[in-house]
Order: sequence, then structure tokens, then C-alpha cells
Amino acid sequence: MNTQRDPTVLESFQQQGLSRRAFLKFCAATASLLALPAARAAELAEKLAGMTRPTVIYLSFQECTGCLESLTRSFQPTLESLIFNTISLAYNDTLQAAAGEAAEAAREDAMRKAWGKYVLIVDGAIPRPEDGAYCVIGGRSALDLLRHAAEGAAAVVAVGTCAAFGGIPYAAPNPTGAASVQDLVGDRPVINISGCPPIPEVITGTIVYFLGFGVPELDAQRRPTMFYGTTIHDRCYRRPFYDKGLFARSFDDEGARNGWCLYELGCKGPVTYNSCATMKWNDGTSFPIQSGHGCLGCSEPNFWDGGGFYRPLSSGLWHGGIGEGLGVAAVAGVAIGGAAAVAARQRQKRITEAGKKPPEAP
Amino acid sequence: MDLLSFARGPALQWALVIFVLGSLWRLAGILLLRRKPDYAEPRSRATWRGALKLVVTRTWSRREFRASTAFGQSLGYVFHMGLVVVVFGFVPHILFIHSLTGLQWPGLPSSIVYVSGALTVAALVAALVRRLSHPVLRLLSNFDDYFSWLVTVTPVATGLLAVAHLGARYETLLAVHILSVCLLLAWLPFGKLMHVFLVFISRGTTGALFARKGAST
Repeated sequence: MNTQRDPTVLESFQQQGLSRRAFLKFCAATASLLALPAARAAELAEKLAGMTRPTVIYLSFQECTGCLESLTRSFQPTLESLIFNTISLAYNDTLQAAAGEAAEAAREDAMRKAWGKYVLIVDGAIPRPEDGAYCVIGGRSALDLLRHAAEGAAAVVAVGTCAAFGGIPYAAPNPTGAASVQDLVGDRPVINISGCPPIPEVITGTIVYFLGFGVPELDAQRRPTMFYGTTIHDRCYRRPFYDKGLFARSFDDEGARNGWCLYELGCKGPVTYNSCATMKWNDGTSFPIQSGHGCLGCSEPNFWDGGGFYRPLSSGLWHGGIGEGLGVAAVAGVAIGGAAAVAARQRQKRITEAGKKPPEAP
Repeated sequence: MDLLSFARGPALQWALVIFVLGSLWRLAGILLLRRKPDYAEPRSRATWRGALKLVVTRTWSRREFRASTAFGQSLGYVFHMGLVVVVFGFVPHILFIHSLTGLQWPGLPSSIVYVSGALTVAALVAALVRRLSHPVLRLLSNFDDYFSWLVTVTPVATGLLAVAHLGARYETLLAVHILSVCLLLAWLPFGKLMHVFLVFISRGTTGALFARKGAST
């Protein structure tokens, strides 16, 4: 009988040659990322120190691997720190060394051992028609894999807009009948980390928060409010130019060179909830608006079908062209008004003629 | 389709169709009416000058009525000018008009637009209170007056809530704001708000008539 217990998170750190001080620094930095008060940083350290590394199953379906690419660029906590010290990543078909049937068997084994306790991370949308035949891994459909894996998961983390809301596979005409994770296993505790891709620290930060404190406070789209609580527009460094009425009108005009607001160029920052403007990318180097391009709204549902990336938010979303409809309305309006006037003229004439007739003798 | 896409798409499209159809219906119906023949010798043939003069002189009250009309007229000026600043000065509104007509002009700083919007709402509320508290005005008022007030104040109020992010998420407030504009557009041709188009036509017609009769304008 195997009596050897799994190492705790703190012990994992120490096995890697890292000191307790390094572990506390990891917890303090993560708590800072999550904007937790100092007391909760200590609480996080205490919880992680005493817990064994939780099993994490990472499934990839209809996706481009951009979300995982993003995750590998997390600076605090780093992906290496996360998978070597904090979690036990039992399955990820891109990062794992195993392949084929051995990899699938390892996944089944890990799920069986940690049934009801593991964290399931899903990346990509899931096609539904034909029993999910449009996305098959190891002879099983993504639909089947997700439903089975979600049954034994303590929580399901949908990483990326494809997993959270369907994303690009879900965009019209949605040829594969793609659906989001919450559409299929919405009865499980689902945490959406949307974005195309999501900010890496948002992915790692949410996972660490879940390990320490459970499911975080979520917004109406099931996203952690600590990262998706405000719009990009509210935190954008170009916001003062919006307030002053100073806008770039093309990508190479004076306004663009002066760093003015990109609203006129179709920026979707006002309706996009994410932390891009505060956390930024590549260890806080920049984010799309800082690089001169408007926000695409990639962390919102249906962002691909939102009427065009370069159309201002206040412009109409005309279906079939507005000109023809208004032209027909104008012609119809004049015709009805003209007919009403003709009817009124005839009535006036009748009244006038009636007034001209001599009164009948009593 | 989410609420914002519905508001920016089909709702706005249908509201504009109703607005154009209704406005031209009313205008054509009025302008093509038969005029009553006037067999009297005209005192003046400069009827156009009379029309333009009355359009200008009726923008303020005559001295003898000024004291009694000053408050109501001031309120009217505040919210009408406020509406002009809000509708034609706010950059997102200009971009909407641009997407519809191709016309564009420089916008005003948002802070000026916000202040104008707040003053407009305040003046409209004061106008409603006056209408409700003034016995004669209250007697003269009907559904059209109150509904026209409602569809005018709602877009301004929801627009202010949207920019202040008060009451709901921004995209919901923006959708409600656009839907309230749709209601305004759909109602405008069929109620007293049609004065947007008719005010200068009716004043000009009266001025031309006065000039022909040699009456003081």
C-alpha cells in the first residue's frame, strides 16, 4: 500500500530549492495582483502552505492555442511556478510530454483519483451537431469529453472568449454549431475568463484565488469582478482626450500621433469589461490602445459580430442599408401627405360650393 | 442579439423610417392644402420680408407681456438651447449623424455637453412643474403635452445616466438611451413635437399674411 502523501504547495516550493520566503513573496505578489488586502495575503499563504497541489485538467477544443500562448507569458505568477509548485497539471495536450493513448489514459487516471476535487480548465468552443463530430480527440467528441470531465470537477474555468461565450467559432453563421462551456455545463460552478486571448495574469490570478478562497465574486457574465469590474474606457489613459472632445480620425493623423481618443476609429472600450488598461500585457508593457489601435471588445460576447471593428460605437447597425429604407419611407410619406391634401382640397371645394348655393325658400 | 445591438440596429432603423415617413406625411399634407383666396387689395407685396421679420420678432415677447411670460420663455430657451448643444455638440451624436448622412463637424468638450444636459433636464422638470401647478396651463394640457415632455426628457436623462454609469451597466444604459431616442423619433411627427419643422413655417405664414394686410409685426 502506498502511504506516501502528496506534497503540499509549500513543500513543492521547497523541493524546487525555493525558500519559505520565496513562497511568501509568491503569495504576496499574487495577493497584490488580485488587489487583496494585506490580511488576505497572509490567509492565502496559510491556505496554500497547508494544501496539497490540486489536480488540474486542461482541455482544448475549438481554439487557436492563443490562450495557452498567453498563459505561457504570465509574469506573476509564472506558468512554471504555477505548474511546478502550486498545481498538478495532469493533462494539457500542448504542454505535456505524453501523447496519444498514454496521455488520454493519464487524464482518465488523474480524474478518477481526484474525482469531485479537480479543477477543469477549458479552452475553446464546443461544436454540438452530429454528436459533436466536428471536434474529436482520441476518438471522443469534445462534447462528450467536456460533459464527462465537468461532472467530476470542483469548478470549471472557461479560458478565452471561445470557451466563455463561443468566440470566433460561434460567430455567424456558426457553421459547426459551436457553443460555450456555460451553455453546456452551466449547472456546474463555471468561471469565465474571457478575452482573445485573456490577460495571462488574469488566468493565473483567478486559478490561485480559487485555490485559496474558492469561486470569486462574478459578474453577470460569470467573470471575476476583480478583473472584469470596470470598462477599459473607464481606466484608459486616453480618457481625458475623450472628455475634452479630442479624437483621432485616422490611424496616421495628428490626433493619432498625439495619442488622442480612438472612439471615432471604432474603439469598443466603453462597452468592454477587462483589465487591459491597468494590468496590460508582457509584464505591464503595453495594451492595444497604448499601441495605437482601438479596443475590439474581445472579452465581450458576440464581439466578432458587433457590427465592425472600425465603426464608432454610436453609429447605427443597419441591416440591408439604411438609404433604401429611408428613401421608400420618404416617397411613401409624400404620397400619403399628398393624398391627404387632395382629399382635404376636395372637401374644401365642396364646402365652398355649398356656401355659394342660394338658400332654399322656406 | 443583445439589447444594445437591437437598439442600434432594427429599433433605430424602424424609428428612422417612421420618423421620415411621418414627418413628410405631415409636411406634405399641410403644405399642399388649398389656401383660402384673399380678394382684398394687398397693402404690401413684400410678404417674404414680413414672413422673415415675424420669424425673428416672435423669438421674444412684446414688452407688455414680457413680465408675465419671462419665466416660461426662459425655461423654453434653456432647454431648447441645451438640446441643441447636446444633440449637435456631443461627438458620439455627431458620429451617429455622420454614419447616417455623411455630414460631420467638430464636437464640443464632453464637460460642456454634460452641463448642458443637466440644465436641460432641470429646465424640463421646471416646465412640467409649472404646467402642473398653473391652473390655466393644466386645463389646456392634454396627453400630447405630457407624452411629448416624457419622450423629450427621457433621452437626455438616460444619456446623462449612461455617461455617469449610474443605475446599470454602461451598455444597458446606452441601449436604453438609444431606445428612448427611437421612441422620440417615432412620436415626433405625430404630436406637438412636430413644431421642430412647423414652427418657422407657421410663423412665416402668419408674417406673410400680416404683411399683406399691412398689420404690425
